Amino acid sequence: MMMIFGVPLAVFMGQLTLGLVNGAFYALLSLGLAVIFGLLKIVNFAHGAQYMLGAFAALLGFRYLGINYWLALFLVPLVVGGFGMLMERFLLRRIAHLDHLYGLLLTFGLALIFEGTLVNFFGVSGARYSTPEALQGGLNLGFMFLPTYRAWVLVAALAMCLFTWFMIERTRLGAYLRAGTENSQLMQAFGVNVPLLITLTYGFGVALAAFAGVLAAPLYPVSPTMGSSLLIVVFAVVVIGGMGSILGAILTGLGMGIIEGLTKVYYPEASNTVIFLVMILVLMLRPAGLFGKEA
Amino acid sequence: MADSQAYDAPSVVKERQKRARMRRNIFYIALLAVGLVAPFLAYPVFLMKILCFALFACAFNLLLGYAGLLSFGHAAFLATGGYVTGYLLASYPGLTPEMGIIGGTLMATLLGVLFGVLSIRRQGIYFAMVTLALAQLMFFVFVQSSFTGGEDGLHGVPRGDLFGVINLSSNLAMYYFVLAVFIFGFAVIQRTVHSPFGQVLKAIRENEPRAVSLGYNVDAYKLLAFVLSAALAGLAGSTKTVVFQLASLTDAHWHMSGEVILMTLLGGVGTLLGPLMGAGIVVSLQHILAQSPLGNWVSVILGIIFVLCVLSFRSGIVGELDKMYRKNFK
Repeated sequence: MMMIFGVPLAVFMGQLTLGLVNGAFYALLSLGLAVIFGLLKIVNFAHGAQYMLGAFAALLGFRYLGINYWLALFLVPLVVGGFGMLMERFLLRRIAHLDHLYGLLLTFGLALIFEGTLVNFFGVSGARYSTPEALQGGLNLGFMFLPTYRAWVLVAALAMCLFTWFMIERTRLGAYLRAGTENSQLMQAFGVNVPLLITLTYGFGVALAAFAGVLAAPLYPVSPTMGSSLLIVVFAVVVIGGMGSILGAILTGLGMGIIEGLTKVYYPEASNTVIFLVMILVLMLRPAGLFGKEA
Repeated sequence: MADSQAYDAPSVVKERQKRARMRRNIFYIALLAVGLVAPFLAYPVFLMKILCFALFACAFNLLLGYAGLLSFGHAAFLATGGYVTGYLLASYPGLTPEMGIIGGTLMATLLGVLFGVLSIRRQGIYFAMVTLALAQLMFFVFVQSSFTGGEDGLHGVPRGDLFGVINLSSNLAMYYFVLAVFIFGFAVIQRTVHSPFGQVLKAIRENEPRAVSLGYNVDAYKLLAFVLSAALAGLAGSTKTVVFQLASLTDAHWHMSGEVILMTLLGGVGTLLGPLMGAGIVVSLQHILAQSPLGNWVSVILGIIFVLCVLSFRSGIVGELDKMYRKNFK
């Protein structure tokens, strides 16, 4: 059997795929954070909770309304995104004129509320969401076994990232968003409805998180706390990559996933901490982040 | 009235300052009297818990309220102080509790230097994220290390004899020691805030580029404030371990970093007594809720208070009282 640095190829490739799948989630979530940060200038601490809400919406929708996976993949981001828009309209907007740290604190409080409420109803131990039939099983690639669902997550997440990139870089709405990121006051002076744009942007960022949540539901146990620990890692990813560019967020997310996966192969004790260690290294060598513009 | 103040003769101004100082001293003495009598009116262990968290919140407030730095990772210092003190006292029976506390505080200070050097390289929102990530790193270190007892934590840490003389196993003796530690920490913060160093910190908070252009080494000031805050947070954690005779992962969890923010925000960011008030309210609330049918809803209720504070109560209780006092009595 072929070995890579003393590890069987199949194990190596298996962990690499796992890492890539995790990386795809980091990419989706940090992308959402970056989009929201660009226009609202706040760090959305509720992002992890919104990801969790996405997974729960898929689970409960299936349980009580019989909504299948494919429909959930489409509906849940709309519903949770709409909920996010309400949050922006009625809560975040009230403190938009203040120091942006208050936005972080407000969304932190909201995350506590969402998490705590769901813990009361569903406990912390997580429920299972079954993989859709079409995506069960796996492909034998000869050198490794690739579970179909993981391959699908990779494809879907990358497609979503690409879609986001296209929306922001190639459409009129995206042009507004980029202009608003540069100077929203001037935009408003030109007659663009900036408050509406802000609401839509926040809703879109939240929808991305919810989409990631639905993708994650068949992979990980669906529990109220599934988002918060993930979010802290995503924060580290964001510090590493900087929130300046979309491509940067995607690449950093995937890269960190791969590094984490490889650490699991060669030094499993550090697999929880390796991303934080990379963050420390980046802070020492390139404080602005790999793709960051500001100092 | 405020306009005429500028034209008052120096002697009048001096007289006014003197009177303000006297009022403050009387207030502090009254507070001290309350602190001395309190253990006869309420359960000492409960009061000690409040005092430990109050010191923790005061330390946090030094950073947020006076230097404008929002750290989301202060739990790491609380936990480091607690774990190191617990480990020292449990493994070396000859060690007196104050030595254990000093050891824990020193380790937290050291960690503060490391965190500080790394995190002040980024500003604002990134600073918060970096400190949160570093604290999470420490959380995993505590989970995996052997000296912390992993998921179980450290239990049965002996309280021992203070200075080898005073037996701390009585809650009353322990209480007065904790009160002394709190007063020491509070005095350090009070002194720092009113010193020229504290004034420069406030200048950095208000306008960092201007402070830079005035020639202040802003990074050095921020780092010193960060380390001081970390040291006092470590002191709080160390003392807490001696009181409760245990150290656990709860102190290292990011929820703890959030709780200390809530205490400070609720009491009043940038006020000296706000964190004390906030810690008192949050700890009492947790205590009361834990015994009520709402016991499972603690984190939801804390979240709601958090949201309400940010939306409409940003000066906190002490801040609002201060505003009211200024409006009506000046």
